[in-house]
Formats: sequence, structure tokens, C-alpha cells
Amino acid sequence: MLDFPVWKRIWLWALTLVAVACALPTLVTQFGGTWPSQLPNPQVNLGLDLAGGSQLLLEAQPSDVAKQRMDTMNETVRTKLRDAKPRIQIGDVSTANGRLSFLLEDPSQVDAAREALLPAVNGTGSVREWDLQVVDGSRFVLTQTQKGLDNAVTQAMDSATEVVRKRIDALGTREPTIVREGPRRIMVQVPGLQNPQQLKDLLGKTAELEFKLVDTTALQSDIAQGIVPPGDEIVPYAPGTPQAGTSIAVKRLGGIRGDTLTNAQQSFQPQTNEPVVNIQFNGQGADKFGRLTTENVNKPFAIILDGQVLSAPNINEPILGGSAIISGSFTVESANALAIQLRSGALPVKLTVVDESTVSAELGADSIHKGAVAMLVGTVIIVLLIAAAYGRFGIYADLAVIINVLMILGIMAVFNTTLTLPGIAGFVLTIGTAVDANVLINERIREERRRGRKAFQAVDLGYKEASRTIFDANITHVIAATLMFMFGSGPIKGFAVVLMIGIVTSVFTAVYLTRMWVALWLRRARPADIHI
Amino acid sequence: MPLLKLVPDNTNIHFLKWQWPTTIVSVLLMIASWTLVFTEGLNLGVDFVGGQMIRVTFTQSAKAPVPVLRGEIEKLGYGEPVIQTVGTPNAVSIRMRLPHGSEGNAGLADKMTRTITSDIKAHHPDARVDGVDSVSGKVSDELGWTAVKALGFAALAISIYIWFRFEWQFGVGALVSLIHDVSLTMGLFAVTQMEFDLTIVAAILTILGYSLNDTIVVYDRIRENLKKYRRMPMNELLDLSVNETLARTIMVAATMLITLTALLVLGPKVIFGFSAALIVGIVVATYSSVYAAAPMLTWLGVTGQSFVPSETAQDRQERIARGEV
Repeated sequence: MLDFPVWKRIWLWALTLVAVACALPTLVTQFGGTWPSQLPNPQVNLGLDLAGGSQLLLEAQPSDVAKQRMDTMNETVRTKLRDAKPRIQIGDVSTANGRLSFLLEDPSQVDAAREALLPAVNGTGSVREWDLQVVDGSRFVLTQTQKGLDNAVTQAMDSATEVVRKRIDALGTREPTIVREGPRRIMVQVPGLQNPQQLKDLLGKTAELEFKLVDTTALQSDIAQGIVPPGDEIVPYAPGTPQAGTSIAVKRLGGIRGDTLTNAQQSFQPQTNEPVVNIQFNGQGADKFGRLTTENVNKPFAIILDGQVLSAPNINEPILGGSAIISGSFTVESANALAIQLRSGALPVKLTVVDESTVSAELGADSIHKGAVAMLVGTVIIVLLIAAAYGRFGIYADLAVIINVLMILGIMAVFNTTLTLPGIAGFVLTIGTAVDANVLINERIREERRRGRKAFQAVDLGYKEASRTIFDANITHVIAATLMFMFGSGPIKGFAVVLMIGIVTSVFTAVYLTRMWVALWLRRARPADIHI
Repeated sequence: MPLLKLVPDNTNIHFLKWQWPTTIVSVLLMIASWTLVFTEGLNLGVDFVGGQMIRVTFTQSAKAPVPVLRGEIEKLGYGEPVIQTVGTPNAVSIRMRLPHGSEGNAGLADKMTRTITSDIKAHHPDARVDGVDSVSGKVSDELGWTAVKALGFAALAISIYIWFRFEWQFGVGALVSLIHDVSLTMGLFAVTQMEFDLTIVAAILTILGYSLNDTIVVYDRIRENLKKYRRMPMNELLDLSVNETLARTIMVAATMLITLTALLVLGPKVIFGFSAALIVGIVVATYSSVYAAAPMLTWLGVTGQSFVPSETAQDRQERIARGEV
């Protein structure tokens, strides 16, 4: 066990030096220095609990996605069957209980109807999106397949993550972390952000903008009673508008959606100095908007955001250039937020905040400072204790413990992992295991010496016998850390990451490095006896 | 320079002489712990029950005005707050239930936070809001469940590993001593009513790892001695093994306790509970590796013959080298 050929020594030193070198940029930066920009710069990120900032966990409801798909399918069925030659008449359409069902007026058209709907039912991917059943000869029942829905949720979440990123980037905050967590959650971390309210306002809206014509013939009394005029829908005014609390009837079809915008900016109404949002349509949207306004001069149209009316101005003249102004009792902040939301596009699914946490920068700085002091004090005492207990062997062990800490930092930096408060606790445990390995070895050497073995043989046996115990002990730690990482959340994961890296480095430093140093010393000095 | 020895050479303490009294004490403590956990309950943090936690430090005061604060917050009409100091006497955590209907309307919870924090700042100019955590009931159920899963799987997987590496009795012994250690730590949290949150679960996982580590070191030595001294009476052999590893046990426990005490006294207050849990856990784990893990083996019928077939050629050569043949 004490044979160290040159190649082995080179390998051990190279590994050690590389890992320790990777820790340098982090150390230099943390102690207030600047790392030369022309060198590679791997860094250990500080978690929010250390750096301060806000974290939001956003969750989407699959039921929202299911409802949207249902609406789209409803629309598709109507157009497909209307456009079929000959036209297929349907009636008794219902979307209750998550199923779309309708009745063919002419039962002989069953095959034609099925043919017309198949592309939409089968979808474009490899997964069938809907189940189609025909009951009682002429009733079609369409149900969403679970796989189809799952796919749709995944897609919606993918684009939602993108939209969230765009919206946060627009805030200009530094280095947000935005990651998908599981099938329907998005985790957002913004270091340094103290007031997450702004962020929540920004992400809490899907920002789906619609322009719809107001049905001026609808009776106000009907609307108040919730009686929907045919072909209309009733939309409430948004809170904060002068008409808040009341609703208006708008035409369901023939409107324009806000997904054809190319730009949106907050500005001021020249006459009233009221904050507004300037929007710019793309070519297609501009055409549609031009047509809508030309055909409906002197009629009011409603600007609807997420199902709430912002305002319903009169169309005074055709708007042809493709740019328009949205007014709606905004403040500068809310107009700015809406502009960001419109620029980044609508969220395909509504996101709700299910977990939120804010740590002040003072507390973060306090934590990292105190954590570092505590680690330093603890390490110094241990280093002294070990040196006092095992002499030369103790100093080797101490060197190993210090290198161990640096190696963990280096490896964390290379993989760009995040150090959290529980991670610091992981460091403590790792230092403990590293010390444990060295103590096991040195106590064993002592024992073998007491049994009367010669120096060289005692060291050899000490490493051999202790290695088995160290191996068993560390395997149990690996098992614990792996399971923590797999099943744990947040703080437990942060702890497990440090622990896993620490197990590897502590075995490396305690078993290999110290053995090499001891072996080289024994060969060079050839001591007649060892003092341990 | 003479070297420091925490345990003198050739220490021979008859640990197992006390195995019955200690067993009774251990069993009683475990029963007491679980009784307390079920009657007093754990002071679960927002991670597990949902709700909102606001951390506040009163920077100019030596002590946080907890009763005053409680009265002020109760007046706001959001229900009764749970207020306790965290780490230092001038820092508190204030826990509130989420207002009714906030599952559907996130704005309600935000409004509560704003009302409470601005009220505190108005009454106490030196108050500094250190952080706000808000966890919905749904997420908290999941967090609790994942924590239990992580703990259960880890304990089971490690016991199975020990069963493979040693004998089944060793696996059972390790599992029992592990349950002992975790139980007593839970008991500590039931008695002190310190807040039990996700970081404490990390602490319990650490204790689990440490407890097993300690047990394995002793077991490894027992296995070694079982092969070496087949005719030695079991109790004597266990005593010998525990004594031989005692220096290591004390040294490692000492180093762990030193770092943890440093963390407890000097470290950030946020991990006060974590450090406290670990300190108790390590003391208990050290005790249990001697008094629970070792005697369990005799009760489960481990004898000098348990490892007979496992002697390899290498073992034999070692014995020859030791001059035992």
C-alpha cells in the first residue's frame, strides 16, 4: 500500500492542483479581489439565502390548458364542418364534463364528419390528441387523451418559461435563474431583488390582449342580469377603471387578438398627459386592424386584457398605420408593466405563485459572514487538535482537510453549482468525515504499533485495515446523499450536493494524498521509529 | 513533544456491564420522545404546514418585544401569530396562516404581508425585515411527503447495504440504533418546541449518516475480532471492540462537536436549530453505537461462528503473519 511510482504521484498532484486552482476565482472574488478577465473564471454561485433576493415558484393548472384546448377544438369543429362540402350541420353542442359533444342533424353524414375531423383529432405529432366516439348513430363525443393533454401542458410550460424569461429580462434585473421544475412548475430566482411585488405583478397576468366590437344594441338591464345577447359575450370592466363593477356586451367574433404585435411602449397621451401604452401591429395585424376600424367608424370597440375591459373608446377614424394607443386608467408603472407583458407575448397558461421567499441582502451578508467565521474558528481548533494528537501524521491530515475544502469549492465552481446555507452545513459534515478517515487511519497505526509492529509495517497495515472501514462508512453517506438529492427539495438538495462532492474529495485527500505523503516521508527519512 | 491522547492506551471499560440499565433508559427515552411528538406535537414551520413566515430583526434592541408584537399583530385581524426568537434574542420569526381564500387569490397573502410588515415598521423603527416565506398548502404537503420519503428510503437502503456487507443481524442492529437516534432528536424538537422545518430534515439526514458511520466502525471491528478470537465470550468481545475503537469514536465526535458548537455560537442564526439538532444527534449517535448497536448483536444471536465460512486465503495468511497459527 505504500508503493507510489512516479506516474501515480504525478496523477495525484495534478488532480489536486487542478481542483484547487478551480477554487481560486471564487475565493479571490469573495474576498474582494478581481479575477483577471483573460483567465477562465469558474465561480460558485451563492444561493438566495446567502446573497439575498427573491424566489418564486410558479405553477400552472393543467385544467386551464385543458379548457383552452377545448375552446380551440370547439372552434375547429365548427369551421371544419362548416367548410366541408357539402356543409355538415350540427346542433346541441356541449362542452360539459371535459367532453365536447354535438349532434349531427343528418345522421348519414357521420363518415364525412369523421373524415373532416380526423386531422384535428389525431394531431400533428406521434400522439393522438383526442378520442372520438360516435354514440347513438349521430352524436359525436370528443375527449382529450391524457397524453395529448400532457404534451400540451409541456409545450405550454416551455413557451411560458420563455415568456417569463423575457418579462424578467425586461425588468433589467441581474442574472435571474429561471428553471422548469417538474412538469408544471417554474422556479424563478432573482438575486438582490427585495420587493417581489413588481415581479409578481409582471408574471401574474397572462396578458392576452383582444380588441372586440361593443354590441351597442344590447340592453344594459340584460347585461346586469347576466342575460347574454346572441353572438355576444359579457366582459367586466377591469378594477381601477372608472366603470369598474359594471360589464359590457361585446361581439364574440370578428375581433383581433394581440398576438400580432411587434412592439409596445409606455408613453403619455399628448392632450391629457395620461399614461398610455403605444402598440405596433405587424403587417398582417395592421391589415386586420385597419379593416376593423374602417368598417366600424363611429362605433365603440373594447380593449380587453385577460378577460377584463380596460377601456371601450369610439373609433373616430380608420387606423391604418398599424399603430394604436391603449388607454385604461393606467399609472406609469402599470402602463410600463403592460408594455413589457405585451412585448414578451401572452403567457400560454396562467401561472400562480405557490411558494415565495425573500431574503434581505443584510441577512444574506450576515449569514455568509457568520458562516465563514464559524467555519474558520471550527477548522482552526480541529487543525490544532489533530496536530496535537498525531504529530507529523496529524499535520499531513490537516493539510488533507484544508485541501479537501478547497477541492470541494473547486469542483462546485467547475459545475457552476450553488452554495446555500444548508450547503455550508454540508461542508461541516464533510470536514467531519475527512477528519474521521484520518483519525481511523492514525488510530489504527497507533494500535498496530502497540502490538509491536515496525514503523513501516504498522503504517502499511493501518492504511489497509482502515480503508475498508472508511469505504463502508462512505458508501452509506453516498446512499444517504443520493436519496436526499433524488427525493429532497430545496435546502435538502443543496446539502446533498456538497455532501456528495465532499465524500469523493475526502476519500481522495484522506486516503490517497496523506498515504502518498507518509510513504514518501518514510522512504526518504527511513525513521527507526514513528512518533504517533 | 508528547502527543495528546483523548483516550489512554489500553483503556478497558466494561461498557456491556451496563447494557440492561442503558437499554431501559433508551427504551424509556424513545417512548417519551414519541409520546411528546404526538401529544405536544412538533412546531412545524411553514415548509410543512403552509402559511407565511416573516423574519424580523430588531437591530437596536437587545431583546425582541415578543408579547407587544403579538398584541399588535392580533389587532390586525389576520388571526393569532406564532412568534418566536430565532438564534439571537433580538430576531424573531412570525408565522401566520394564509388568509382564507388565498389559494385562489395570491393577492390576499401579499396584502397580509404588506399590512404586517408596515405595521411592525411603524411601531418599531429599528425593525428590519430579513425575509418573507410564503408556502401554499399544496406545496407544503408535498414538501412534508418528500422529506418523509427521503428519510425512509435512506434508512432502508443503508440497512440493506449493511446486511449485504455484514450479516442480517448487523443490518437490524444498525436500523434499530438509527431509529433510536432519530427518535431522540425528534423528542428534542417536541420538548424545546424549536421550529421544525426543511433544514431540520437535512440535519436528521446528517444524523442518520453519522449514526450509521459510527455503528459501522464499531461493527467492522466486531467482525474483525469475531474472526480473530472465535472462542471469546460475546460480551467480552463486544467490550474489546468498543474499547479498541473508543479513541476514534471520541476523537471524531469531539471534532464534529467543535465545528458544530462554533456554528451554533458564531454561525448565522438561521441555522441555529440545525446546529442544535446535530449536536444532540451526534451525542446520541455516539452513545447508541455503544449501547444499542453492539448489544443488539448478542440478542440477535451473533456468535463466534457467524463469520466462519468467510475466511479467505488472504485472512489466513494474515493470521499466519500475526503468528496465530
